[in-house]
Amino acid sequence: MKLEMKDSPGQLLAALRPISDVGGNIIAVIHQREPGSRSDTLDVQIVLELPEGRLDGLVSLLQKEGVHIQRIGEERLLYRRTVILIGHLMHTDLSDTIDRIDSTGFAEVYELSMSMPAINERSSSRLTIKSLTKDDMEKAIGILRNVCREKDLLLIEPLEAMV
Amino acid sequence: MKVAVLGMGSVGRGVLSVLAAKDLGFSVTALADSKSGLINPSGIDIKKVLAQKKKTGRCGDKTISAMDVVKKADYDILVEVSPTNASTGEPALTYLKTAMNRKKHVVTSNKGPIALAYKELKSLAKKKDVALRHEATVAGAIPVFHTLEQGLAGNEIFAIFGVLNGTCNYILTRMAEEGLTYEQALLEARELGYAEADPTYDVKGIDAAIKLVILANTIWGNGVRLDDVDRTGIDLLTPYAIHLAEEEDCTIRLIAEADRRTGLLRVSPRIIRKNHPLVVEGTLNAISIETDMAKEITLIGKGAGSVETASAVIGDLLFIAGQYDRRT
Repeated sequence: MKLEMKDSPGQLLAALRPISDVGGNIIAVIHQREPGSRSDTLDVQIVLELPEGRLDGLVSLLQKEGVHIQRIGEERLLYRRTVILIGHLMHTDLSDTIDRIDSTGFAEVYELSMSMPAINERSSSRLTIKSLTKDDMEKAIGILRNVCREKDLLLIEPLEAMV
Repeated sequence: MKVAVLGMGSVGRGVLSVLAAKDLGFSVTALADSKSGLINPSGIDIKKVLAQKKKTGRCGDKTISAMDVVKKADYDILVEVSPTNASTGEPALTYLKTAMNRKKHVVTSNKGPIALAYKELKSLAKKKDVALRHEATVAGAIPVFHTLEQGLAGNEIFAIFGVLNGTCNYILTRMAEEGLTYEQALLEARELGYAEADPTYDVKGIDAAIKLVILANTIWGNGVRLDDVDRTGIDLLTPYAIHLAEEEDCTIRLIAEADRRTGLLRVSPRIIRKNHPLVVEGTLNAISIETDMAKEITLIGKGAGSVETASAVIGDLLFIAGQYDRRT
């Protein structure tokens, strides 16, 4: 999001504090002063991660701090679930398995760890999937269940969804 | 009260030795194993019978059958602790029905009849005004049904999650601790007597699914059956998969879950946080109950063992004595 705030001491901190208050995680702060600018306000761009449904709370907290929000950028995928797959993952086209999730447009595989003990032995892999909403995640897991059935892979799901 | 005991396996011998050792107000008037029976209206000398069983493999007279005991003996409560037959529930199912038709209370540790015919047995019990108790059918020593029916009375039960098979939990614990393969951990479980020669019933999740069916039927009376459970076993798990889970501070356990809100009934290996209350070690069992008032309650304890399972049977006997025995 792009913020505009008074160019005075403590203002940047005042803008950042509410982010951690709502459980957010700051990924980057971009703060560039135009050379020769005489404006008494400062433009700051912040890239952040927020748990689902916390954005409105953050917006009102920032407004209370006197920070003007110029623009809220694109929301990224933030619902996260880790599953483990066991089976002949390479022989059954792992990139196709991943693509079935990625091609949905509402969920994506963003992390993959693999363990391949020997050729012809079953391999194990851990996949973390991200999506924007819980419903999208359920849909993505549903797709993965079907793919695993089709490819005879064992899918191990988490007991609880981890946000 | 007078008690007749059917079955002198591990659980039966556990129940008898406790009844002999503790003065709980019960007298054993009849007894049967798979080969013989014994009836004595003035009370059987339990210690003598246990010694005889050990020596000869029989508890009594070859001409007296278990059915004779059920039909003819003088008793108030039938304790049915014979081996489980998961496909027909017999002969235990017939014993239970016959006893209830004689207006006798029944206590059983036998999963077969309870999983297959709970509704029928429950309505017969109601009709005959007798108790049907089966605490020992699920999670051995853990008093899950007492907790649900008495302790959590008035609560709406939303869902139940459980580690209900000690054999699987032992195998998974060892795979995680020592990086053993499934085959190695199974072999070890067999050597320690935790797994049967044919482990199918345990490792394919059938035993856990049967217990889940019993829980669901007892809690919600929904008449679900074993075939309704979506079931995946642990036999295809790799130590690498467990390692991948451990890298995220998680592990893998065989979890049975039933949710009334979604109708979900599932037994499957799941990724679970290591500090989750259901993550218990070795052969232990654990059950988490989700309710409206109490919220979440988790019970942990021994899921098998002679005296441990006898504890559940004795609890049922004393419950019946408290409810029905007018002499006390």
